[in-house]
Amino acid sequence: MATRKSSAKPNVSAEELLSFYREMLLIRRFEEKAGQLYGMGLIGGFCHLYIGQEAVVVGLEAAAEEGDKRVTSYRDHGHMLACGMDPKGVMAELTGRESGYSKGKGGSMHMFSKEKHFYGGHGIVGAQVPIGAGLAFSDKYKGNDRVTFVYFGDGAANQGQVAETYNMAQLWDLPVVFVIENNQYAMGTSVQRATKSPDFWERGAAYGIAGEMVDGMDVLAVKEAGEKAVAHCRAGKGPYILEVKTYRYRGHSMSDPAKYRTREEVQKMREERDAIEHVRQLLLTGGHASEDDLKSIDKEIKDVVNAAADFAKESPEPALSELWTDIYA
Amino acid sequence: MATEILMPALSPTMEEGTLAKWLVKEGDTVSSGDILAEIETDKATMEFEAVDEGVVGKLLIAEGTEGVKVNTPIAVLLDEGESADDIASATSAAAALSSAAPVEKAATEAAEAPAPAAPKAPEVDLSPDWPEGTPMKAQTVREALRDAMAEEMRADDRVYLMGEEVAEYQGAYKVSQGLLDEFGAKRVIDTPITEHGFAGIAVGAAFGGLKPIVEFMTFNFAMQAIDQIINSAAKTRYMSGGQMDSPMVFRGPNGAAARVGAQHSQDYAAWYMQIPGLKVVMPYSAADAKGLLKSAIRDPNPVIFLENELLYGHSFDVPVLEDFTIPLGKAKIWREGKDVTIVSFGTSMQFALEAAEKLAEDGIDAEVIDLRTLRPMDTDSIIRSVMKTNRCVTVEEGWPQGSVGSYISSVLMQQAFDYLDAPVINCTGKDVPMPYAANLEKLALVTTDEVIEAVKQVTYR
Ligand SMILES: Cc1ncc(C[n+]2csc(CCOP(=O)(O)OP(=O)(O)O)c2C)c(N)n1
Ligand SMILES: [Mg+2]
Repeated sequence: MATRKSSAKPNVSAEELLSFYREMLLIRRFEEKAGQLYGMGLIGGFCHLYIGQEAVVVGLEAAAEEGDKRVTSYRDHGHMLACGMDPKGVMAELTGRESGYSKGKGGSMHMFSKEKHFYGGHGIVGAQVPIGAGLAFSDKYKGNDRVTFVYFGDGAANQGQVAETYNMAQLWDLPVVFVIENNQYAMGTSVQRATKSPDFWERGAAYGIAGEMVDGMDVLAVKEAGEKAVAHCRAGKGPYILEVKTYRYRGHSMSDPAKYRTREEVQKMREERDAIEHVRQLLLTGGHASEDDLKSIDKEIKDVVNAAADFAKESPEPALSELWTDIYA
Repeated sequence: MATEILMPALSPTMEEGTLAKWLVKEGDTVSSGDILAEIETDKATMEFEAVDEGVVGKLLIAEGTEGVKVNTPIAVLLDEGESADDIASATSAAAALSSAAPVEKAATEAAEAPAPAAPKAPEVDLSPDWPEGTPMKAQTVREALRDAMAEEMRADDRVYLMGEEVAEYQGAYKVSQGLLDEFGAKRVIDTPITEHGFAGIAVGAAFGGLKPIVEFMTFNFAMQAIDQIINSAAKTRYMSGGQMDSPMVFRGPNGAAARVGAQHSQDYAAWYMQIPGLKVVMPYSAADAKGLLKSAIRDPNPVIFLENELLYGHSFDVPVLEDFTIPLGKAKIWREGKDVTIVSFGTSMQFALEAAEKLAEDGIDAEVIDLRTLRPMDTDSIIRSVMKTNRCVTVEEGWPQGSVGSYISSVLMQQAFDYLDAPVINCTGKDVPMPYAANLEKLALVTTDEVIEAVKQVTYR
């Protein structure tokens, strides 16, 4: 099956294109700022940036409805921004401050928002996959038609618990969309060095799960595939797998020697396949926005991100008494 | 305004590095994502990318310079239309920031961090588990557990049971007998043999507002799922700043059965007892099994409920009450005595009680405490008893190193040192994998005679 791409003349409104542009740009600028704060020592530990992969989560969020759930790995900043969490609260968690989403106790990899139905932020590769199926299980049990999106990497796709979850999700017809964000590397290990069955979505066939491969640098294609997957789940037909081909421009985490791929490979993706540039061109060539319009959006977003950074720097660290809270309900 | 580019921290531990190579020169225009330099740390050489766009006004640190401290300005970036003259006015905003960085402050404050509430004179809840005069009926532990689940499932439709062979087979050890008939396949769910996966699904279901009971065919197999139990169920409340709950029970037989060898005979009490975020229960009697399981199901936290195959068929008196629970974290005194305190839990209670009876024949009056819950542990009850007897022996099935007993010993040393007249002795399983041969298996397990011997030692008889 061919990778889904958006059609030459996509059926999309100017408004929607602009919102994709805005949301993807917010993620990118936010992540750049996070990288900067990390360099200054204001963010510590592991910090995994989402730069390059923005179209995946923005496209899929466009296919979600209120009440749908999402859960992902440690590479989670983009998912949180895309589901409407406050950039200030996310950034303040990155700096380990009291007004962060987890009061500074979770950090970059562990954040949650019940209000936005965002269930983390998980640091153990693959652990979010059964958890996502379990969230879908809870909705099916309650008899509503909500859908859960569970995001995981090409590396995670090789975990045993993913296979276990596929089996049970299909066995029990759970309304879960498995989104494999195939950015082609798990830390320094390319997909080719990790498996001889590199088309991850095809593994669903072993369990009878429908799926497809999508161009993840094309936000319109992602949204379209997402809508199909969601419709499948909402109709009670069980899970669906979307393998989204994407690329991370930055290192795996902030401390990545980047010796496993060439500079040219990264540069080529950035120049030829960038998802934000794609939408930017659609906006300009379609006459939906002028350079000036886009400049003012850029400025707007820069301000949002700077405000988040200032907030995150100014917010106090958690009170020492917080060490002992939130262990038991 | 001109901005300074600072030496970045490229790893969680980096304090300084070598500016190995500049990949831009003065006058170059750069945009976000362009690689500016290669920086060498003790771990690796890494590329350093531009975040802002502009023109490289000046390189402040020559390539090849070693020991460049993080946050030192290494270059100046000019906006369009600015000249190198603007460099002088570039403020060291970032440097100012770095002095406000929280790292050092945290280190000094750590010493002042409040310790957990200081131990006070033990306050022990001595209330009876049920009112005096309550009618009793004999019931096996197996039936008590089943009744506990059934009652809680009737009371709360968010409670459901999942595990291998729990539904149609009626439970590998027949604990869930009849539940499928009463509650149907929606709430009594047979899983495939995938402990890691279904434990994770149950955690997700708990995040989603349900109250799962996960049955492990035995806890030996829960090792496949221990990541989900600890990393996902136990820690998420903390990591989410209190937003997320995992109200669920992981239950099943734990410890040695009979002649099933090393992989099927292990006591996990000490393992789970260590984890903040978990509660751990290990009942001995049928009444406790019922009252504690009902509490565990209602508890908003993840609870590890350790049963024992050999106890399933034992009968005990169980109170006949509409709704009978026993609070988690409350020990039970089975036998009062003044000469020595024997602390045990779960199946090992049999040896503790038997030893106490035999010791009585020799004129040694032992107090026997059943912890019932290992986390939170009712150490106050132990301390209170030791303040009276001045001697303590612990009895458990698990291995000696890092045992429940060694924790109790340390609590007693720190909180009741002046009351101890003899070193605490821990009777444990032997420090070997469980052998299969009948004679060796017997040797590997803790015995009543060993408990008696230990008591004689601490009472100097
Ligand atoms: C169980 C487990 N093993 C190893 C790690 C260390 N680790 C963190 S991320 C990672 C690579 C995962 O790659 P992938 O799933 O492709 O996700 P990506 O980082 O590309 O988003 C590894 C090995 C971990 N966190 N958990
Ligand atoms: Mg990957």
